[in-house]
Amino acid sequence: MLELKDLKFDVDDGERKLGIIDGVNISFPEGKFIVITGPNGGGKSTLARLIMGIEKPTAGAILLDGEDISGKSVTERARAGLGYAFQQPPRFKGMTVRRLMNIASGKELSKDECCGFLSRVGLCSAEYINREVDQSLSGGEVKRIEIATLMARNPSIAIFDEPEAGIDLWSFSMLVETFKKMQKDSKGTVIIISHQERIMALADYVVVIADGKIAKQGTREEVLPTLMKEFSPSCCAMRGGEA
Amino acid sequence: MEKVDRELLKAVADLHDVPVGAYNIRKNSESAGRKSTENIQIITKEDKPGIDIRIAPGTRNESVHIPVLITESGISEMVYNDFFIGEGADVLIVAGCGIHNSGDQKSEHDGIHRFFVGKGAKVRYVEKHYGDGEGTGERVMNPTTEIVLEDDAVCEMETVQIKGVDSTVRVSRATLGKNAKLIMTERLMTHGKQIARSDMVVELNGEGSSAQIVSRSVGKDDSEQVFNPIAVGNGACRAHIQCDSIIMDRAKIRSIPEIAANHPEAQIVHEAAIGRINGDQLLKLCTLGLTEEEAEKEIIDGFLK
Repeated sequence: MLELKDLKFDVDDGERKLGIIDGVNISFPEGKFIVITGPNGGGKSTLARLIMGIEKPTAGAILLDGEDISGKSVTERARAGLGYAFQQPPRFKGMTVRRLMNIASGKELSKDECCGFLSRVGLCSAEYINREVDQSLSGGEVKRIEIATLMARNPSIAIFDEPEAGIDLWSFSMLVETFKKMQKDSKGTVIIISHQERIMALADYVVVIADGKIAKQGTREEVLPTLMKEFSPSCCAMRGGEA
Repeated sequence: MEKVDRELLKAVADLHDVPVGAYNIRKNSESAGRKSTENIQIITKEDKPGIDIRIAPGTRNESVHIPVLITESGISEMVYNDFFIGEGADVLIVAGCGIHNSGDQKSEHDGIHRFFVGKGAKVRYVEKHYGDGEGTGERVMNPTTEIVLEDDAVCEMETVQIKGVDSTVRVSRATLGKNAKLIMTERLMTHGKQIARSDMVVELNGEGSSAQIVSRSVGKDDSEQVFNPIAVGNGACRAHIQCDSIIMDRAKIRSIPEIAANHPEAQIVHEAAIGRINGDQLLKLCTLGLTEEEAEKEIIDGFLK
């Protein structure tokens, strides 16, 4: 199980300290589908980066099955079972989709296996498998490949940072189906940072982050009805990426 | 064949033994094996060191391997190889030079390769340079390539130097006739105190001719690289030059792509970029369980593939 204990992350802008994450406590229920939501700039993405080790917390602990991993590197966390899909995935000159999928899964995938993951994110696989993950792919394609790599990796805890950002409406519907299937089939814990009502509707558990703090957390039934009232509808509208 | 020879052959020509088809193996400045075929004649030059390779018009799906091996320290040679590719032929030429220097003297191979590609002929040319050996002697290779593409001829040229060559000055010149097409891909990695320079001039003379020049390089340690590709449009043509380099450690890289148009319908573009490995790329691969060193290697291997 993944737990955050009084997690803090400050940045120093030269004049004063800003608390981006300000004492967050969450116990992510194991094997569940969890959506972290909240207004832009509230600290959601930072929280995901802290969990994966891309940022180091100023204070507090990140416990994975009881062990504090907050001092561990990204690689160590990945090997311990954490997975992370970037909001804006990098591109690689010369690296094929297939190679990236192989690295993700940790073994040579057969063509069929590789295609299987790609078709689950709506990419016509035969066409993509030997393409390079470079500028020749659109933002939406790179984003979908990113999600497919995480599926190939099959981590015990998968974190998706705004999977909907940069994806067109049609692809998004496909993505909702993908996550629906994941919610049903995945044995691991899935944590999705999202603004999307249709993704929130899949959640077993919802965490609302605003101003670096937890505004609310609980089951979907507990949180969603009040969320719709408390926050302006715009926070649930279709949006582009968040920095 | 000795073990060192086999290893060099594998590194420069992907060969495990003597190749199929026509070949000429040059070892320590002497011929170590040759085979001509009905369509491909390999003939020793009489006036200077080197060979003529004559490919009959219409020859298709045949290959020529001409690897050069140097395993003795202190060898310095200059070789002239001329390729005459007949009209309508379609062939693969694999060249390459491997130097294994276990002594303390310099080993140097300088080669001048000239290609005369006939009308409508197509040639794919692959050249790999590789050096190894525990000695302190320098390993030097200076290749010069001249290409004449007649009307409708196509040349795909791939040059690779990934490891072990201390000093290289590469000079390439090409002239293109009507509808001729040239694709040049250069891949280079330097490390230690190596120095590499690549000068290239492509003259697009014929209407409808096109050239694509791609240079990918990685500079490590204290190595230095200079690229100076020049595309000159003398007719209604298209050309694209792309120089892309990853810089690491204390390496120095200069990239000077140059384009010139002497015709109003010449369309020529160049791009050049030098930069470190992108931090997000490393991070992404680390999130997939690779260490930073593994991630770096993966990124470089892909980039130079």
